[in-house]
Amino acid sequence: MGYVLQLKNISKTFGEVAALHDVNFEVGDNEIVGLLGDNGAGKSTLVKIITGYHQPDPGGEVLWKGKRLDHFSVARAHAMGIEVVYQERALADKQSLWRNIFMGRELTTAGGKLDVRRMRAETLKLMQSAMGFTSSAITTESTVKTFSGGERQGVAITRALYFKAELVILDEPTMGLSLSETKKALDFVRSIRDAGKSAIFIDHNIFHVYPVADRIVVLDRGTIAGQFLKNELTLQELTDRLYAVAKTGNLSY
Amino acid sequence: MSSEETARPLSKSAQRGPVVRFLRKYALQLGIFAVALIVWVLFLIGAPRTFLSKEIYISFMSTTPFFALIAIPLTLVVITGEIDLSFASVMSFGMVGYDLVFVATGSVWLGFFACLAFGIAAGLINGLIVVKFGVPSLVATIGTWYLFRGVVLVITNGAGLGLTETTNTALHDIIVGRAFGVIPMQFFWTIAIGAVIWFFLNRHRFGAHVYLTGDNIESARLMGVNVGRVKILTFVIVGLVAAFAGFVVSTELLFYWPTVGDGYQLTTIASVFLGGTSVFGGTGTIFGTFVASFIIGAINAGIVASGLTNFWTQLIYGLIIVASVSLQTLIGRRLK
Ligand SMILES: Nc1ncnc2c1ncn2[C@@H]1O[C@H](COP(=O)(O)OP(=O)(O)OP(=O)(O)O)[C@@H](O)[C@H]1O
Ligand SMILES: [Mg+2]
Repeated sequence: MGYVLQLKNISKTFGEVAALHDVNFEVGDNEIVGLLGDNGAGKSTLVKIITGYHQPDPGGEVLWKGKRLDHFSVARAHAMGIEVVYQERALADKQSLWRNIFMGRELTTAGGKLDVRRMRAETLKLMQSAMGFTSSAITTESTVKTFSGGERQGVAITRALYFKAELVILDEPTMGLSLSETKKALDFVRSIRDAGKSAIFIDHNIFHVYPVADRIVVLDRGTIAGQFLKNELTLQELTDRLYAVAKTGNLSY
Repeated sequence: MSSEETARPLSKSAQRGPVVRFLRKYALQLGIFAVALIVWVLFLIGAPRTFLSKEIYISFMSTTPFFALIAIPLTLVVITGEIDLSFASVMSFGMVGYDLVFVATGSVWLGFFACLAFGIAAGLINGLIVVKFGVPSLVATIGTWYLFRGVVLVITNGAGLGLTETTNTALHDIIVGRAFGVIPMQFFWTIAIGAVIWFFLNRHRFGAHVYLTGDNIESARLMGVNVGRVKILTFVIVGLVAAFAGFVVSTELLFYWPTVGDGYQLTTIASVFLGGTSVFGGTGTIFGTFVASFIIGAINAGIVASGLTNFWTQLIYGLIIVASVSLQTLIGRRLK
């Protein structure tokens, strides 16, 4: 199996804090990787390195489809086909729904002029096809400030869905969501595999991660504590091992 | 835009009809406009002779652009969540560029372009200090306010420059001449610059990024907006237009005073906030700032014409600003 993404010897230090230390991590073609780890383990930091938001410390390498990336940036990650549903949702509260969907990647005509009409039309289509908003008070012009948690997540997911991605990263997409909203998020992860694409799925709830992931990677205090294919062990074994990681920092107890 | 309303059952707010929706959407602009109207009616009652003659409107169109010009681009800076207090010094800093180049070459045009270049440089310095060093713009631009003024005073030794040689040039006619023999050209420049900046704010990717930067800088960064570049550019635009405004004031008065710009700080900043731009960033309109500048300009003219002493100016400014900002907030809330 080929790899869509490979990280080699990646470290990231914030002042005194070593958020990641010598991490090796990869995502295969058409593979769903579940990423587990305690609060502060470094999961979101890893995500932000993959999206070009953070530059890793010197010495590490990021490879996209086998090619080494230098001068990586968010814009390049977008161009290559990396989409993220961020833990913090990354919305702009006072802006309209369509401006949020196209944030940072506005559709333009010649010279950077906004194609407002097209962005509204596309947003309207997405509202009907992908967001499944039940509140009729929401229009393309609504500001997202008053949206419910589920609606906000809907916007973030729809945005990732719209810009056809090779690799979708979901950082705690089910956080604070109801059962039905959670199911939608999990269905989205499955649809990524069905479409032949890859995903990284981060969630604290192993009952969410286990059923959809092909492989599970456990991060502990900035290092990879271990990883295994899903069919290697049952959900019960996984649960036991995660407790062990919390105690010893090692998967194989 | 109307298809989404017909496709879905109408919500409570939508059922209130297009009038309420229009009021809601433009509450702020309407509020500002209402204030302008009230101020005008009051002046009409207070000094009917003056306010029914055209002279007051002409003097008003001549002097309001001195600060309205800068308030327009300053709106961009405030929308990104920053502030620029140095513009009054930049007005004079730009004119030093004119002074130096004109004295060296004898060309008013070269002097004019040097003026604009100095303005751009000043804006770039502000932007770089804020973005690259991370100094809060409030502090940074208080610093550069003194810095630019200091540079001006050192270079000029505090001495001004007569500009009578500009009077018979095309440049003078274009910048501060009288259209049709009546209307001050700087009034048209204010409208033109307002229109250009409106376009970039509302219909260009740059403007979309200005709003995003001020609304939630972290989200904007995560989604790939180059927030540093956006901020630097807004400071550069203020610098450029401030230098232009300095040129307008000086050529209108036919004299360059090194202290030019002093006294415009408050009117400029008040125009931006009176125009409904939020101190918190992320919202604001060019239309609001434009109308608000002319309200403030009218207060000045009106107080003098009504025969009140200048001592009343600040009291009335204060009243109108407090009243209209409260009114805007009330209207906005009532219609939610
Ligand atoms: N920009 C930053 N500056 C300084 N420290 C940071 C920064 N971002 C993250 N950290 C630190 O790095 C460590 C890892 O944080 P990270 O957000 O990656 O954890 P996480 O695994 O996503 O946790 P959670 O499950 O709570 O979201 C934490 O100690 C955090 O405080
Ligand atoms: Mg996290």
